Amino acid sequence: MSVAGEALPIEPEVPLSLRGPAPLRVVAGFGFWLFLLSDIILFAALFATYSVLSGSTAGGPSGAELFDKRHVFIETMCLLTSSVTCGFGSLAVQRADARAMFVWMGATFILGVTFLTLEGREFASMVAAGAGPSHSAFLSAFFTLVGTHGLHVSLGLVWLVIMLLQVMTLGFQPMVGRRFFAFGLFWHALDIVWIGVFTIVYLGAK
Amino acid sequence: MLGRLSWSAIPFDQPIVMWTSATVAVVLATVFALITMKGGWPYLWREWITSVDHKRIGVMYMILGLVMLVRGFSDAIMMRTQLALAAGNAPGYLPPEHYDQIFSAHGTIMIFFVAMPFVVGLMNFAVPLQLGVRDVAFPKLNSVSFWLTASGVLLVNLSLFVGEFARTGWLAYPPLSELAYSPGVGVDYYLWSLQLSGMGTLLAGINLTTTILKMRAPGMGYSRMPIFCWTALASNLLIVAAFPVLTATFAMLLLDRYCGFHFFTNDLGGNPMMYVNLIWIWGHPEVYILILPAFGVFSEVVATFSGKPLFGRRSMVLATMVICMLSFMVWLHHFFTMGAGADVNGFFGIMTMIIAVPTGVKVFNWLFTLYGGRIQYTVPLYWTVGFIVTFVIGGMTGVLMAIPPADFVLHNSLFLIAHFHNVAIGGVVFGAMAGYTYWFPKAFGFKLNERLGKAVFWCWFIGFYLAFMPLYALGLMGATRRMQHYSNTHWQPLMLVALAGAIVILLGIGLTALQLIVSIRQRHQHRDQTGDPWNGRTLEWSMPSPPPAWNFTEVATVRETDAYWHSKQSGSASSPSSKAIVDMHLPRNSPVGIFLAFFAVILGFALIWRIDWLAGIGLIGAIVVVLREAWKTDLEVRVPAEEVMAFERVHGTRLAAGREGLTPGARS
Repeated sequence: MSVAGEALPIEPEVPLSLRGPAPLRVVAGFGFWLFLLSDIILFAALFATYSVLSGSTAGGPSGAELFDKRHVFIETMCLLTSSVTCGFGSLAVQRADARAMFVWMGATFILGVTFLTLEGREFASMVAAGAGPSHSAFLSAFFTLVGTHGLHVSLGLVWLVIMLLQVMTLGFQPMVGRRFFAFGLFWHALDIVWIGVFTIVYLGAK
Repeated sequence: MLGRLSWSAIPFDQPIVMWTSATVAVVLATVFALITMKGGWPYLWREWITSVDHKRIGVMYMILGLVMLVRGFSDAIMMRTQLALAAGNAPGYLPPEHYDQIFSAHGTIMIFFVAMPFVVGLMNFAVPLQLGVRDVAFPKLNSVSFWLTASGVLLVNLSLFVGEFARTGWLAYPPLSELAYSPGVGVDYYLWSLQLSGMGTLLAGINLTTTILKMRAPGMGYSRMPIFCWTALASNLLIVAAFPVLTATFAMLLLDRYCGFHFFTNDLGGNPMMYVNLIWIWGHPEVYILILPAFGVFSEVVATFSGKPLFGRRSMVLATMVICMLSFMVWLHHFFTMGAGADVNGFFGIMTMIIAVPTGVKVFNWLFTLYGGRIQYTVPLYWTVGFIVTFVIGGMTGVLMAIPPADFVLHNSLFLIAHFHNVAIGGVVFGAMAGYTYWFPKAFGFKLNERLGKAVFWCWFIGFYLAFMPLYALGLMGATRRMQHYSNTHWQPLMLVALAGAIVILLGIGLTALQLIVSIRQRHQHRDQTGDPWNGRTLEWSMPSPPPAWNFTEVATVRETDAYWHSKQSGSASSPSSKAIVDMHLPRNSPVGIFLAFFAVILGFALIWRIDWLAGIGLIGAIVVVLREAWKTDLEVRVPAEEVMAFERVHGTRLAAGREGLTPGARS
């Protein structure tokens, strides 16, 4: 053990694991990655439950009878496109280009709201047709899995608005940049979860 | 207006509960009055409640765990007394509905609010010091984690006086925990308090995992990382991977209870066994979340007090990580009786037995570390040796029950209760006590009283064997768990022995309190002047006790395992040169944790009693707290270099005095 600092500079070829505490940007991003992993595990528990209960319709309607795949395809396209716009928005944040950021993130917001509206309409039509979440274990699992994703999207939209307000009031500080980076990760992770939902719930409906 | 809350929620007709409530109220009022009279609130607020210092937060976790140990143990001794009495025609003194709440509360409290705070507290305190860094990755989040755990604790304790607690056992299996069979607020108290504290634990897990993986002193590669940090890494990875499952499972049960969903109900396709599977997918890793850091403590202790490096360090690390992975592949052994069939049960039985292999590796490593060592029989080593003996017995009964046909006989019997107390007390409690004694001088600057420490150990050790060995026998004789009364009076003598054991443990807990009081009074005789009271090996012993808020004045470069030991051997350990001292930037104190906990308790309480408007206040309050925090920009305080230098000078003087052997009796 000896003293670090100016006397003993750490050479750049030193392996990453030996270089000492990582910069805050890296630490914050890594922590958020871990959070996302934990969130995906939460979804994994819901997916597992859905898989087990998807046949338990208790004499009620099954997925194949209820789902409108065209409708869901449009929903999916909205969400996937919003990931693209979010990506361009994140690049704009990195360049500290406020105008481009507002355009791209605004588009992300609108696509997110469209997705939620479409999902809400699907839920409403199912409830109206007498297929609400308390009618069978299958429907409980369906509404919880898809609804939890929807809740995440809603929280993401609220977060996005807060981030836009932060840029307007605080400007592109490093702190705001880190948070925007985390938001981007969150938004893309929701896409990944949705691909699971689309595949297992909608395409896999029997 | 008040939902389901009314005067009838207060159990006026139950003298035991009312007396307990009165005692708790008097104690709390006295403590608060004393703090107010001494003008201690500003100090508490500034130095503890709003502190984001990992050392302070670690200490607060430990205090929380100790306080809740008393609560959980009161439940234990009530159960043991009931069973010592309620044989044959005697009904005992606890009616079934009260007894059911007591065993549910005992399990819930001991796992979530005693063992978890102990383990998380030790990791919080020691990991950043061992890694040679100034704090955890996210200090403010750390405070939030602690206060969320505390809010869960508050809700659980509230259930004693307002309403009731669950009568479902500590994991609240449906369909019993569904609204149809548990219409009261007991299960809701259980669910909301664990949702809050579970969130706190998850955030703590993310925080510590990030700290270990991204914030180590320069030169501290994974191969040089102290073994306690390795076990902490494994434990926190498990937290990140397992706690979301608990959150999801409880969320589904909450939806069943609050919104009429049918996940786990008996009707409309619900599947109660799905809950049992999910809860144990969290629950089995949870076992290792608790025991792995305890293994880490024993490894540090055994190396320190043998005066030699840990035997088979690499195999220890490997065994830890293998256990970490295998812990996710054995959950079904908690319910072989589900009827999954011979092949599935066989798979999980074999996986369970395989875990004994890395655990055995560890036991041999500890023994071989002791072998040929220059052993100092200090209190932490007492706990360690007691652990090795006890845990091996517990492990063997575990392997026994891993055989599905044997499990069919022993399932839900007192044999099982004896087994998991054997590993939980012999492993986690002994580990927590070893860690508490080992790091106490680091946290407070003086050692705990050695004689009383040994007395505490013997009470727990003897008390454990007296209390639980009879339970193995009783289990084999057919006594089941969660049993409030039994007709076979032949069981009574063993039940009386078990009660005697519980009383011996009670004595141990009393002596722990006495030890703390005596040690504080004698602190000047047992001062740790050098910061290295045990001749330690890892970086936390290279700094003064108690460490300054900034931990390390100079961040050291690590070149070996047991970095501090080697620097002592090579003579390079020294206090930092004054020219290198610069201003320190520390995270600013923040009340966000306690504010969030305040609103979380309101939200939880309102949801339990279905008071919609109050739930709204709790939720909005929490959101406002978070948003206010998001706009804060002045997040650091500066400690001027002069202050740091002054601290180092004082420590240098003490160090010199300590090295010259002037410590005994020296007043500072």
